[in-house]
Amino acid sequence: MLELVDLCKHFGGVKAVDGINLRVARGEIFGLIGPNGSGKSTIVNLITGLLAPTSGRIVIDAADVTELPTHARVALGVARTFQNIRLFGQLTVWQNLWVAENRDRQQRAQPVLPRWLWGGEADRQRLGAALEFSGLAGKRDDLASNLSFGEQRRLELARALAAEPKLLLLDEPAAGMNAGEIDELDARIRRIRDTGVTVVLIEHHMELIMAVADRIAVLNFGQKIAEGSPREVQSNARVREAYLGTAA
Amino acid sequence: MDFYLGLMQIIGVHTLLGLSAYVVLLTGQVSLAQAGFMAVGAYVSAMLTVLAKWALVPALLAGGAVAALVACAVGFPALRVRGLMLVVATLAFGEAVRLFFFNFDYQIAMGGIKVGPLGGEGFRQIRYFPENGWTTFQVMVFIWLVVAAVMTALWWMDRSRAGAVLRAVGEDETAAQSAGINLTAVKVSAMTAGGFIAGVAGGIYAHYTTHIEQGNFNVLVATFAIAYPILGGLSSVFGTLAAVAFIQGFLVEGLRFLGDWRNLLFGALIVLAMNLRPGGLFDARSAAGLRRVLHQVRSGTALGDAAAAMRRLLARWKGAFGA
Repeated sequence: MLELVDLCKHFGGVKAVDGINLRVARGEIFGLIGPNGSGKSTIVNLITGLLAPTSGRIVIDAADVTELPTHARVALGVARTFQNIRLFGQLTVWQNLWVAENRDRQQRAQPVLPRWLWGGEADRQRLGAALEFSGLAGKRDDLASNLSFGEQRRLELARALAAEPKLLLLDEPAAGMNAGEIDELDARIRRIRDTGVTVVLIEHHMELIMAVADRIAVLNFGQKIAEGSPREVQSNARVREAYLGTAA
Repeated sequence: MDFYLGLMQIIGVHTLLGLSAYVVLLTGQVSLAQAGFMAVGAYVSAMLTVLAKWALVPALLAGGAVAALVACAVGFPALRVRGLMLVVATLAFGEAVRLFFFNFDYQIAMGGIKVGPLGGEGFRQIRYFPENGWTTFQVMVFIWLVVAAVMTALWWMDRSRAGAVLRAVGEDETAAQSAGINLTAVKVSAMTAGGFIAGVAGGIYAHYTTHIEQGNFNVLVATFAIAYPILGGLSSVFGTLAAVAFIQGFLVEGLRFLGDWRNLLFGALIVLAMNLRPGGLFDARSAAGLRRVLHQVRSGTALGDAAAAMRRLLARWKGAFGA
């Protein structure tokens, strides 16, 4: 589904991502962890095309997307959420979803003007489903900036789902959530996976990621230091070293 | 009477100019090129009616179309810069257009006299309205029909998905891109639409003043163009209209009796207005209020309420007079 080949991103002398090779299989929940500054968010920005890699390739569904702009990658089925929530605060909940383009919309042979202006019945149903899934149906016409923190997180997830992705990248979706909300998020991520979406999950919250991820890769200083099932990763000596430091 | 008709004409044209900047501002782009687009529309449509003897409406549309093409061409390089850099780049473009018309001669002989644009002298004898016997009142009505048409189109666009997309781009480009929006397409479209509206405004301006020159399209006009939607508020097209009425109607004309003191008050009052109504003269709350009133009028309750209040008032008066 997703393949990163020798991916590098250097900012001046800083090697934020330094020769990463990854393969994410279709339909799995893939965890990406590592200490702060280890390059996790940079990788998400590279996959979605917000940053251009210094070298290396990004392959999605057997298509090389390294040169494609961000919106074209969304059309191929890549959607994401952000570490710090990025909603359109002055738009209503519905408008936030309405804005999202999706693969189907871009490929449908539909005249440009109506597509731009209102979108078809299919879009309405798709957005309605995303709204329902996020549990915000009652707040359809509220401004996004007036939502609570948890609701904003859910709306951002709904906006990503409105794009009907094949690959969903979640950048620290549990940040700032309480235990109850994290349980809900856990269930939500599993439900998304069950609809056939491949999920890449970046998270600091170990309990969540160990419970929900099928496989995990651990980054440190832009390099992959371990990869495997949650159990394998937990017992890996280099991972313990990266997180806890070496014994004196 | 003619004074007020003239004032209404000015307010109409400036509203169009402000609306042209409104569309562009929604996408977060601050453009000082609107006066330049206006100049292109003014010269093109005036040349078409005077030199080629076109009818007014096709000439206005053609002027708008050429201005839109120019705006589209400006839109692409403008994508590479944002914020203050964009302001400077569009300012430079506007000045380039003005200086182009400062040096632009294209005169042909017609009935013994030479007509057409003549560099710094400007373009005189744009006599479409007087030649066809339009009265000042008719011209004013025509201008406001165009304003109403453009406002309706933009108001409707605002409520459609396109409006949400423009605002999304204006608010957060990164998030908009990540939601699958093609930034290039959206920003260039907005610039093109803004160019068309400014071009039509220029065409109308050229015909009602009958004489245009490069100085009519200077930086001050470009500044007014973006000041209207900013002062009026970006929550709806009515903000721009309110701001034009405030600036042109009240500050420029209404305070004329103050003489030189007017210019001093002018700036102070704009600052005051912005501080008292930070969301714009016509902000989201005013929009909600207007919607409520319209809804009441439509459902008939407002008229009923007014009638009941009137009856109560009459009853009290009757009591007071002992009738």
